[in-house]
Amino acid sequence: MKRWSSIPPAGWAGILALGVILLSGYLGRDKANKKDVLPAQVDYNFDVRPILSDRCYACHGPDEKKREAGLRLDTPEGAFAALGENKDHFAIVPGHPEKSALLDRINQTDPEELMPPPSTHLSLSDYEKALLRRWIEQGATYAPHWAFVVPVKSPLPKVNNPAWCNNEIDYFTLDKMTAMGLQPAKPADKARLLRRVCFDITGLPPSDAQRAQFLNDPAPDAYERLVDTLLQSVAFGERMAMNWLDLARYSDTHGYQDDLPRIMWPWRDWVVKAFNENIPYNQFVSWQLAGDLLPNATKEQILATGFNRNHKITQEGGVIDEEYRTEYVADRTNTFGKAFMGLTMECARCHDHKFDPITTKEYYSLFAFFNNVPESGFVPNLQTPKPWMALTKSDLEGKLHFLQADSLLKTDKDTLQLMVMQQNPPDKQRVTRLLSRGQYDQPTDTLQPITPSHVLSWQEGSPANRLGLSQWLFDAKNPLTARVTVNRIWQEIFGRGIVSTPENFGMQGALPTHPALLDWLAVDFQEHGWDLKRLIRQMVFSATYQQSAEDSRASREADPENIWLSRGPHYRMPYEFIRDMVLSTSGLLNPAMGGPSVKPYQPPGIWEEISTEKTANAFRGEFTYVEDTLPERMYRRSLYTYNKRTIPPPTHLSFDAPMRDLCEVRRSATSTPLQALVMLNDQQVLEAARVLAFRLLQRQDLQKPEKQIEAAFLGIAGRTARKEELRQLLDFYKAEAQRFQDNPASALDLLRASGPFPQSDYSHPAQQAALMLTVQIMYNLDEVISKT
Amino acid sequence: MENDILQHHLLLNRRTFLAKTAIGIGSLAMGSLLQACQRNDSEAVASLLPHFAPKAKRVIYLFQSGAPSQLELFDWKPKLREMHGQELPASIRLGQRLTGMTANQKSFPLIGTKIDFRQYGEQGTWISDLLPHTAKIVDELCIIKSMHTEAINHDPAVTFFQTGHQQPGRPAIGSWMSYGLGSENANLPAFVVLLSRGKGNIQPLASRVWGSAFLPSIHQGVQFRNGKDPVLYLKDASGIDSMTRRTMLDKIRNLNQMHQDAFADPETNTRIGQYEMAYRMQTSVPELMDVSKEPDSTFRLYGADAMVPGTYAANCLLARRLSERGVRFVQLYHMGWDAHSDVTGMTSRLAKDVDQASAALVLDLKQRGLLEDTLVIWGGEFGRTNYGQGALTDNYGRDHHPRCFTIWMAGGGVKAGMVYGETDEFGYNIKEKPVHVHDFQATLMHLMGIDHERFTYQYQGRRFRLTDVSGNVVHDILA
Repeated sequence: MKRWSSIPPAGWAGILALGVILLSGYLGRDKANKKDVLPAQVDYNFDVRPILSDRCYACHGPDEKKREAGLRLDTPEGAFAALGENKDHFAIVPGHPEKSALLDRINQTDPEELMPPPSTHLSLSDYEKALLRRWIEQGATYAPHWAFVVPVKSPLPKVNNPAWCNNEIDYFTLDKMTAMGLQPAKPADKARLLRRVCFDITGLPPSDAQRAQFLNDPAPDAYERLVDTLLQSVAFGERMAMNWLDLARYSDTHGYQDDLPRIMWPWRDWVVKAFNENIPYNQFVSWQLAGDLLPNATKEQILATGFNRNHKITQEGGVIDEEYRTEYVADRTNTFGKAFMGLTMECARCHDHKFDPITTKEYYSLFAFFNNVPESGFVPNLQTPKPWMALTKSDLEGKLHFLQADSLLKTDKDTLQLMVMQQNPPDKQRVTRLLSRGQYDQPTDTLQPITPSHVLSWQEGSPANRLGLSQWLFDAKNPLTARVTVNRIWQEIFGRGIVSTPENFGMQGALPTHPALLDWLAVDFQEHGWDLKRLIRQMVFSATYQQSAEDSRASREADPENIWLSRGPHYRMPYEFIRDMVLSTSGLLNPAMGGPSVKPYQPPGIWEEISTEKTANAFRGEFTYVEDTLPERMYRRSLYTYNKRTIPPPTHLSFDAPMRDLCEVRRSATSTPLQALVMLNDQQVLEAARVLAFRLLQRQDLQKPEKQIEAAFLGIAGRTARKEELRQLLDFYKAEAQRFQDNPASALDLLRASGPFPQSDYSHPAQQAALMLTVQIMYNLDEVISKT
Repeated sequence: MENDILQHHLLLNRRTFLAKTAIGIGSLAMGSLLQACQRNDSEAVASLLPHFAPKAKRVIYLFQSGAPSQLELFDWKPKLREMHGQELPASIRLGQRLTGMTANQKSFPLIGTKIDFRQYGEQGTWISDLLPHTAKIVDELCIIKSMHTEAINHDPAVTFFQTGHQQPGRPAIGSWMSYGLGSENANLPAFVVLLSRGKGNIQPLASRVWGSAFLPSIHQGVQFRNGKDPVLYLKDASGIDSMTRRTMLDKIRNLNQMHQDAFADPETNTRIGQYEMAYRMQTSVPELMDVSKEPDSTFRLYGADAMVPGTYAANCLLARRLSERGVRFVQLYHMGWDAHSDVTGMTSRLAKDVDQASAALVLDLKQRGLLEDTLVIWGGEFGRTNYGQGALTDNYGRDHHPRCFTIWMAGGGVKAGMVYGETDEFGYNIKEKPVHVHDFQATLMHLMGIDHERFTYQYQGRRFRLTDVSGNVVHDILA
């Protein structure tokens, strides 16, 4: 028992990072600061609905089949209606807590009478009970769910320090800070700001040249010019694509059973190109949803529809075709809901949604848009799942020349087959039926394609297909699309969404911390042509963004999660950023863009261990991970790393990258010992450290070890090392150099074991090995793998 | 039992105290954990685990991947021998769905097994001649003959067993356990995975079946592999000796500490702690994997294979060593049971791989006093058909059969020497006491002190649980 007690029950490390995951539990408007003090005026959306939704709706909500005692609490009509056989009592009587049966039931001591019933394992706190009472006292006013109301631009709040504000964003954040008794932090110093904004816009650290230029540019618009340069760099598209591939569940394999390879990289390269060309977001998404249905669709527009074929596809012998085909259509439907509407549509697949006003009928009506594709559930090995488009040599040399298809152009294969969307011809339209309990083999009512009415009613006369669906999605009256989009981008830049559950804007989702700001940004984004680069520019130009995270004890104490944005960011970066940083700062990075995915280092044997046996007569997937050996493929940005769905790269998994089985719009940023092992022992980090050490030793301007260490630190951490830091590193270097002097063989062992990247001579093994390990220490620092 | 719960809460209070005094790194993280409980006030108490005194503190799950034939191993059906070659009666088949591999077969010839069965133990339990060692420990086992599942193909069926859902996207059982119960050993992961391969028809696995899905990635199963690097990236590069590694870690800590002083982010302290943990793993894992100090009697018990790293027997021995050290959930996979042809030969070979070591593991845990609070589970993702696949040749195989199959459990609070549930005389449908996969999972959690309906994780607005929306604890098999 003793041992058992010594570890907290949430993780084997005992000391793991929980901060990030716990954010999701946050619901209240200002609970973090003013817990237990009832608001003077209770707000339905912010105070009441979260309680009703979470504790009551499962039995007294939108799902008619599960509704108990005929009571529904999600509408005022339902909540105020007479109950019981005699129609003589009422759950809620506005203004009359004493007559409201709801309050009686939630305060019962008799378990038979108590609500929520003990069997649900749900309960209400005293604070929550008091809130409900006050709400009823104040008239039990209902309000529509905030996310279903079309956003409007409200006037900028009056703030006490307008001089601090760079742009509109700051008025909203400063207003909240002031209300919470917080002050903005000082601006981040230039070096740190540079590193931060480079990662946010390009996913890469600043180069030495960028740093020298920016730090030595005293002009007031130096930062603006920097941001514009970064937004114009092609690395921008790659950085944006990283999150888009999570959202689009992009992968290089089919994902079930033998997990055979597929070719989808031309679609991925199109995404990068589209971000770089900054095509308006509404067009970017519409092409992906319905490019094939556009009048005179171009090959590029059709290629974009590969988005909806990124889902997993089975080759497992013996499966029932319709079961899996249904699964693919459901995947598209669920992805549409999560990625674009911020709604958990999939909850309504088997029963009416328990929390949000989405019926099963509406689920399958949305499903109907994605259900008319000439496709199969089971696809034999080695066949490209239909429908697909052929990309010919002339396409690749012509309009689609952005695709790096050198390999194709060199071989005698004359086409690439790329999965895309297609609509069944009019005479072969598949009828969509509601599937009882979500079962593929239990179809019931026939349905037409139509969108969820509570979000926005369907425009009569719109084409009842994916094209009409995309028009509906980007209708100016659609309350969700722009909000969901700006929130996701906000999350990518600030680390946490204004709605911290970007996947869920429904009743069970988090409430916006800055609702007026979210709406202002959403409307502004639409007014300016869904311009993503402009949106990002606004965010990084804000004073809010440019705050420092240093010396933040007071702000941290008051607001541990930085919900009110009174300091700069501090969180561990995604794995792609970390590896690209290692490659870039060591000079190994090959910035070439696009083309087939690449296979950088991976410990041997990982694929074989879970694969089937190799047989002579049937292709059953790639058994062995064959590392690339050509320098032009080894050191590419991590965006291009091959992802096998059933066994993704272990480094990515250790750092919370999703497996790409399903649409994901948020990554967590945990801290684990396996991450430490990757940074300490992965060949990629060792090799980068060796190569950088060699380059530093070669530099004529850096004759002394302290200069070499300083230069390495500047490149890797993005700032000048402090004296004490330098001393620690130099002490280490000296001791190690001495040890390696005494044992040069071990220095050579280390250098030669650290990756194949060639170096011209090994004339100073002790110095190089010592410097290499000093560099490796730097790559392992919390600051270095974090955005600060 | 009441007392155990009281003890547990007392310890929790002690933890709260430690957290509030905020001494050192560990207590800081505990602090944030407890904050979490406090934030979601109404559920704080309900979510405290265990919900009641656990019978089992740890699990070893010997997963037989590919689906072993219950008809060659546990479920003795003399009727099938009598009717060998005759058609499966429609009154038994009932038009239930079949896999795409045999759905279009014109004929469904029944096949009686070539393997003989005998009765063992106090209950006279039938066990096939392929499992002589298992037969000897039958009085330790709780054999469930009435398992059934919803999936009829490997990928969804394994995913269903391990995550409670046929489609990917849910955490594995071991991840749930790691999340809910943590570890008894601060130097090893709470959830460890061991793989081995038999000479059979191997169906691939996916690492998602030991993935943490929406739970934090620290709850992922960590694969321990045979070879020089038992945990990925564990081994230091050549040229880095332990002195150097220690000095490097000290420097990393010093510099991280300076960073923490400047930024005051507790996450930096967490990272410092994780580097120490990584360092401790570099010692604890090789020590764990090194079986050279095991006495000869160990290898006599588990069989000579246990000396060959990567075999099922070696993994069973490692499972015992992991459990001894308090690892919460050890998940083995032995691959190769998918006998679409030659069910006799293939099942014989695979049974030989696993029989002695599985039995040895139970005996070994027992002699060490660990069996009483360690739950051992043996079984695959579904069963196999009573009819032959393809034309009835001598080399017949059996297709996938989700409607009935056999698994066994031992130790950890289940009744010993019990056979639970029964199939019909054709071995096609369940005659009594069906156990659904969610029932199995609910029971497993119950044994670990967890109410499967209360142990949930909120993701995308919904409270997810291992057993999805169903599952009943099989109280009849609880000791």
